[in-house]
Amino acid sequence: MATANSRNPVLYRRRVSRGAKHLMLIGFGLVMLYPLLWMVSSSLKPEELIFREPGLLPSTITFDNYTEGWNELAHPFGYYLWNSAVITALSVVGNLVACSLAAYSFARLNFPLKKLWFALMLGTIMLPFHVVIVPQYIMFSQLDMINTIWPLILPKFLAHDSFFIFLMVQFIRTLPRELDEAAAIDGAGYWRTFFRVILPLCTPALATTAIFTFIWTWNDFFSQLLYLNNPDNFTVPVALRTFLDSTGESSWGPMFAMSIIALGPIFGFFLAGQKYLIRGMATTGLK
Amino acid sequence: MVDSLSLKSEVAAPAPAPAPKRGRGRPRPTVRSRREAWTAHLFLAPWFLGLFLITVGPIVASLYLSFTDYSLLDEAKWVGLDNYVKMFTEDPRFWASLKVTTIYVVVSVPLQLGFALALALLLDRGLRGLSFYRSIYYLPSLLGGSVAIAILWRKIFGADGLVNAVLALFGIQGTSYVNNPDTALGTLILLHVWTFGAPMVIFLAGLRQIPSSYYEAASIDGAGAVQQFRSVTLPLLTPIIFFNLVLEVIKSFQSFTQSFIVSNGTGGPSDSTLFYTLYLYSKGFKEYEMGYASAMAWVLVIIIAGLTGVNFLASKYWVFYGDSK
Repeated sequence: MATANSRNPVLYRRRVSRGAKHLMLIGFGLVMLYPLLWMVSSSLKPEELIFREPGLLPSTITFDNYTEGWNELAHPFGYYLWNSAVITALSVVGNLVACSLAAYSFARLNFPLKKLWFALMLGTIMLPFHVVIVPQYIMFSQLDMINTIWPLILPKFLAHDSFFIFLMVQFIRTLPRELDEAAAIDGAGYWRTFFRVILPLCTPALATTAIFTFIWTWNDFFSQLLYLNNPDNFTVPVALRTFLDSTGESSWGPMFAMSIIALGPIFGFFLAGQKYLIRGMATTGLK
Repeated sequence: MVDSLSLKSEVAAPAPAPAPKRGRGRPRPTVRSRREAWTAHLFLAPWFLGLFLITVGPIVASLYLSFTDYSLLDEAKWVGLDNYVKMFTEDPRFWASLKVTTIYVVVSVPLQLGFALALALLLDRGLRGLSFYRSIYYLPSLLGGSVAIAILWRKIFGADGLVNAVLALFGIQGTSYVNNPDTALGTLILLHVWTFGAPMVIFLAGLRQIPSSYYEAASIDGAGAVQQFRSVTLPLLTPIIFFNLVLEVIKSFQSFTQSFIVSNGTGGPSDSTLFYTLYLYSKGFKEYEMGYASAMAWVLVIIIAGLTGVNFLASKYWVFYGDSK
C-alpha cells in the first residue's frame, strides 16, 4: 500500500511500467506487421535485391514490378479487378436485400412454425459448406452456369449467408417496438414500416454486413476456383494463383506487386469501416 | 413472452409454478394475423427458396451421392457403403489428411487463442491508444485468408525468403521451410496464429462486460493482480473462451486456401500440408470422384459435430456461467 510519502516514486514507477507496456505492444505490433511491410517494400525493389535486403527501406525504388505484373497474365490485371468488383458488389447487394428482409420477418412478424424455421436458420450457420458443395456444383453445371457469375451471386440473393440474418435479427430486436406501433397507427403497412422505420435504423448492422460480405467475397478463393475455369472469367484470387503457376518461383517482385493491389481494397474498407467491423465482431460474439 | 410474464406475476409465493400445458389455446387466426403471416412468408421467400434449393436439397443429394459412384458424366451407381469402407481401410491419403488437419487444429487453435487472450488482457483497463493497437492486431485476421497472404507466406518461408535472409545476418544458412515435410505444416500453423486478432476483439468485448465493482471488491479483500485474474477475470471469461474455441475449431478444420496456395494445390511435400478440405476438393473436382467426395464431406460433418459436442460436454467442467443471466 502506498503511503502519502512514497506517492511520487509510485507514480513514477507506474509511468515507467506503462511506458514499458506501450513499448512492448508497439514492438509486438511491428513483428506482426513486418511481413506485410516487407511485402510492400519488396514490391518496390528491383527483383535481385528482394532477398538480399531483409530491411524495409529499399535502397532503390522502382515501379517496374507493378508495370510488369499488371501485364504478365492473359489480360491486364485491371480486368481481373473488374471481375472481382462485379461479383463482390452484387454479393453485397444480394446479402443486404435478402438478409434484411428475412431478418425483419424473424424479428418482428409472427407466422406459423416460426421457431422451427429460426432454428433451421441457426443450424445452417454452423453447417460445413462442403456438404452441399458437390450437389451445388452438379446443379449449377446442369444449369450451364459454370464459368458465369451466377453460382457465386445467386446464393447471396437467396440469403444463403444466414450469419448475417442472425446479426440483423439481433440488431432489430434491440429497436423499441413502439416504433412499429407508432408507424402502424400512422397507417403504415409492414412494407412501409420495414422500409421507412426499421431499415434506416439498421444502418450499423447493414454496414457490418456490407463490409464483411465485401471482405469475404473479395478474399474468397474456394468457390471462385471451383466455378471459374476460363481465364476470361478469372477474379483476382484465381488470377494471383495462376501467377504462381505460370511464372513458377521466378518473378516474385511482380507477384508481390499484384498481391498488394489485391489487398488494397480490403485495407481501404478496413480503414473506412473499422468501427462497424469491430462492433460487428464484438456483438455477434457475445449475443 | 407476454404469457410467461403474466404467469410470473400471478405466482407470488416461491411455490413451483404450474408447468404450462402443451397445446394451450392459441389465439384464433384473425384477418390481421393471417395478413402478417402472409407478409412474413413473402419477406422470407428468398430465404425459403435458398433453404430448399441450395441447402436442404443439396444436403439430401450429397447424402445419397455418398453411397454412389458418380463422376458427373455417367449415371450415379449405387455402391452402398463402399466409399466409406474404402476411405477408412484403403486410402492412406485420407488418413494423412485427417492427421495433418488434426495437428493443425490442435496446435494452432490453442496458440491462437492464447495470444488473443494475452493481448486482450494487456489492452484492457483503460490503456491509451487502445483502438490503435486493436486495429493493428486485428488487420491480419482480415487479410489472413487471402491468396495474396498465402503467396507472401510461401515466399517468407521459401529457400531465399525473409526468414532465411534474417537468419543469414546471424550467419545461419536455412533451407526452404515450405518444401520440407517437417516444417511445412508449421508455417501454416504460424499463419493461423498470426490471425489472432478476431478472437482478441471478442475477448476485449467480453472483458468490458466484467463489472469493475468485482475488481474493487477483490482488491478490498486483498487480492493481488494475479489472484484477481484467477478468481475474477478468468472464470467470468470462460463462456467467451468457450465460444471462441468452438468457433475456431470449426473454422480451422475447414481451412483450404492456405494449404492450397502454399503447396500449390498438391498438399505436398509428401502430403504434409494436405488439409482435409484440400483432399476433398482434389477428389471431387480434380478426379471427379463425386460420390467419394460427398462421403468425405459427411465424415467431415460428423467430425465437426463430434468435436463441437465434445466441446459442449467438456464445457460443463470448466465454463462458468455467472448468475447474472
